[in-house]
Amino acid sequence: MRVTFTVNGREQAADDVWEGESLLYVLRERLGLPGSKNACEQGECGSCTVRLDGVPVCSCLVAAGQAEGRDVVTVEGLAGDDGTLSTVQQAFVDAGAVQCGFCTPGLLVAADELLERNPEPSDGDIREALSGNLCRCTGYEKILDAVRLAAARTGEAV
Amino acid sequence: MSTHQTRTEPAAAVAPGRTPTSLTQGTGGLTKGGIGESTLRPDGILKVTGEFAYSSDLWHEDMLWGYTLRSTVAHATIASIDTSEALATSGVYAVLTYDDLPTEVKHYGLEIRDTPVLAHGKVRHHGEPVALVAADHPETARRAAAKIRVEYEDLPVVTDEASATGPGAVLVHEGRDDHHSGHVPHPNIVHRQPIVRGDAAAAAARADVVVTGDYVFGMQDQAFLGPESGLAVPAEDGGVDLYVATQWLHSDLRQIAPVLGLPEKKVRMTLSGVGGAFGGREDLSMQIHGCLLALRTGKPVKIVYNRFESFFGHVHRHPATLHYEHGATRDGKLTHVRCRIVLDGGAYASASPAVVGNAASLSIGPYVVEDVDIEAIALYTNNPPCGAMRGFGAVQACFAYEAQMDRVAAELGMDPVEFRQINAMEQGTVMPTGQVVDSPAPVAELLRRVKARPLPPERQWETTEGADVRALPGGLSNTTHGEGVVRGVGYAVGIKNVGFSEGFDDYSTARVRMEVVGGEAVATVHTAMAEVGQGGVTVHAQIARSELGVTQVTIAPADTQVGSAGSTSASRQTYMTGGAVKNTCEAVREKVLDIGRRRFGTYHPAWATAELLLENGRVVTDGGEALADLADVLDGEVVDLELEFRHRPTQAFDLRTGQGNGHVQYSFAAHRAVVEVDTELGLVKVVELACAQDVGKALNPLSVVGQIQGGTTQGLGVAVMEEIVVDPVTAKVRNPSFTDYLIPTILDTPTIPVDVLELADAHAPYGLRGVGEAPTLSATPAVLAAIRQATGLELNRTPVRPEHLTGS
Ligand code: FES
Ligand code: FES
Repeated sequence: MRVTFTVNGREQAADDVWEGESLLYVLRERLGLPGSKNACEQGECGSCTVRLDGVPVCSCLVAAGQAEGRDVVTVEGLAGDDGTLSTVQQAFVDAGAVQCGFCTPGLLVAADELLERNPEPSDGDIREALSGNLCRCTGYEKILDAVRLAAARTGEAV
Repeated sequence: MSTHQTRTEPAAAVAPGRTPTSLTQGTGGLTKGGIGESTLRPDGILKVTGEFAYSSDLWHEDMLWGYTLRSTVAHATIASIDTSEALATSGVYAVLTYDDLPTEVKHYGLEIRDTPVLAHGKVRHHGEPVALVAADHPETARRAAAKIRVEYEDLPVVTDEASATGPGAVLVHEGRDDHHSGHVPHPNIVHRQPIVRGDAAAAAARADVVVTGDYVFGMQDQAFLGPESGLAVPAEDGGVDLYVATQWLHSDLRQIAPVLGLPEKKVRMTLSGVGGAFGGREDLSMQIHGCLLALRTGKPVKIVYNRFESFFGHVHRHPATLHYEHGATRDGKLTHVRCRIVLDGGAYASASPAVVGNAASLSIGPYVVEDVDIEAIALYTNNPPCGAMRGFGAVQACFAYEAQMDRVAAELGMDPVEFRQINAMEQGTVMPTGQVVDSPAPVAELLRRVKARPLPPERQWETTEGADVRALPGGLSNTTHGEGVVRGVGYAVGIKNVGFSEGFDDYSTARVRMEVVGGEAVATVHTAMAEVGQGGVTVHAQIARSELGVTQVTIAPADTQVGSAGSTSASRQTYMTGGAVKNTCEAVREKVLDIGRRRFGTYHPAWATAELLLENGRVVTDGGEALADLADVLDGEVVDLELEFRHRPTQAFDLRTGQGNGHVQYSFAAHRAVVEVDTELGLVKVVELACAQDVGKALNPLSVVGQIQGGTTQGLGVAVMEEIVVDPVTAKVRNPSFTDYLIPTILDTPTIPVDVLELADAHAPYGLRGVGEAPTLSATPAVLAAIRQATGLELNRTPVRPEHLTGS
């Protein structure tokens, strides 16, 4: 089948999609957007997190056909068109929140959505919002630092 | 030391899309970006934009997808395999079994080649690879594999020491002739290492208290997030180019090439992006399988495991049973330790012999004990194979000896920290192996530091709007608002070796090139070091800046076109490949200075007389006088050297007494855990897990703290949740998913304050001490001690599950 949807502001179509293919597979293998990761393909790790019509979802659990006509934002859509990192991306780099980085794309999409919804999150709010995103390397401390830093920088900017 | 100034270029192969790229990083005007600074990762931007190419992201036009059929039973003979239906499936290009292996070499292994590339007549554990499929879509490959008919005839399983070494036990490997088979007491024992020093029996007679205990350590999984994956591309010269996530390219190469029947130079390996490792990538996974399929089909083949398969695709941490006896006098001095550690190595040897050596030699912890009687063994069983995981044998021992230390302190009526400090080793202490600890060992000080830290306030969950359940045991399940919640505090300290031990020729290689590009002197560092997330690439650039005075450093992709870097494990890479980069940079610097002397020596006497350094793009005297710009010194010349670096040699442990200077360096960390336990439901919330660690010298403080926090969290995981559950009757894995094998989330993980000590080890580059593993040791027993204090329960196994706390 053919699936058409908007990814990071651009309309994209994928052909010959088999009904069982996930949105994650189509993004990674058919649309050349491997930024969303495949750590479990079981809906348990959050490394594949994308926004579907604004809502963070595990793209490994979304059948590609369900995305038809909808709006998808992936980690590749966070930076500006000129490549300038978004506040959250820059904060992850600066705070040392990236080690192997395999969890990073999903965490960035989730953190970005949190800060949009709640610009001044408490530590409890950050933990709750990111609790579906596993990281095996960092022990999460620097990820908390990064989100706090991004929130502070966004606060300063307004 | 050897020098190679030339190297052969790889035969032309079509490079796949999304291949690893070089990382070039400058530091801007302000910072020099040398060692000791928290410079940022050179791959950080690629990783936050999603552009970093992990091994599962590789892509090639025309590529096929490989899939591995694995055994559904733990121990069986294979009566027949019928692949005809799979082969006839549309879209399938190849189906391979043992009979298709191209050469006489059909096994591989890190130390003992006992692991079949594909099962031959028999499977020895659940999930063993039996057949391979290549197809044009991953789902086609999976469905075709499901059509392969394998007829198994069950064999009895051995699953523990009693069944593996009892009378009539089935042998996991018949006719062993490896180098350990001669000295082990039973063919189902991979390796045995006793350590005897002093006279434990006589010392026991002097003890005022004697405490014995039996402990169980569950099977932990590395659970790196990036699944096993890679892309094998057949080359025109009959060889293969393999892009893969691994911990040690050259060790893989040594195991892969003979099975393919190719000379090593025709198997060109390049490291792809690695999504964590923690020991789980030290053994091969898809490497040989991918190459076999690529060579058979003549097409590039990609293999990516999903999480279910990943649980079968790599070895785990050895589960262990440990028996300990500690004695002490009334004044708190340890008299002796007797212990016996039984590690379950599963069906294949992997790193078991070295894990045994570590468990034995580090079995009594960072304490002074003159009279010891120690034995460690690893079993062959039909359980999943176990091998390297962060902490490597020292983790299991630390869990047990620290529980013992608390119990002896309690018997003596002493404070557990004070009791440890009384017995703490220090520089000059003699290990049970007879090795003298010849660099700082601040064990008592690390304990003092974690203890001196103010405790987190009680009842932190209380807010003006009621209880914040996120801060309580049970979390968002909203199981308590503080009722039945009890706090406990526990301490632990551990000792880990750094580098490969027991006489292994452990070396690393670095190639460094210095030249002028765009009017500026720049450096390129090329090593085969596997960057698995730890930040080695960051540190290499820092070292090059410090040694060569350049700003711009390019880290070339890691591949097998340069000499071995050894493994990214054993906390060794900053010491070893960092040491190699330093060593090569120093040689490059000497060459650059020679060129400078040749060109400019006659203009200034300092060229001949002063100590010269390279700083900020110039040659300067140690007095700070600038002699020349590096760009002018080098002009058109290129300095390019490849050198090997070795740590001081170590010795094998004597097979009877365990004596020998077996280790290169020791590292130490201590933890204090604060937990809150819902005693009614048996739920644990770790409130804070503070760590103090000596790192010798922090080359990159930000990364060092990140390593300590990450290691601490893995220790927390195995304290309260992480365990691969293997059915004791069938030896099948029950929970191969992140639904059933839990790792700590951000809600499970507390704040982890870190106190970094820097006491230089004079034997090591810059005085540094390997960092990665020590925090994984003491985190677990500290959490257990805290739970024991909160509940008053004995808790002799880890991980602790709710039923252990509620008794139901
Ligand atoms: S890959 Fe989708 S949740 Fe793990
Ligand atoms: S940085 Fe490796 S999993 Fe998070």
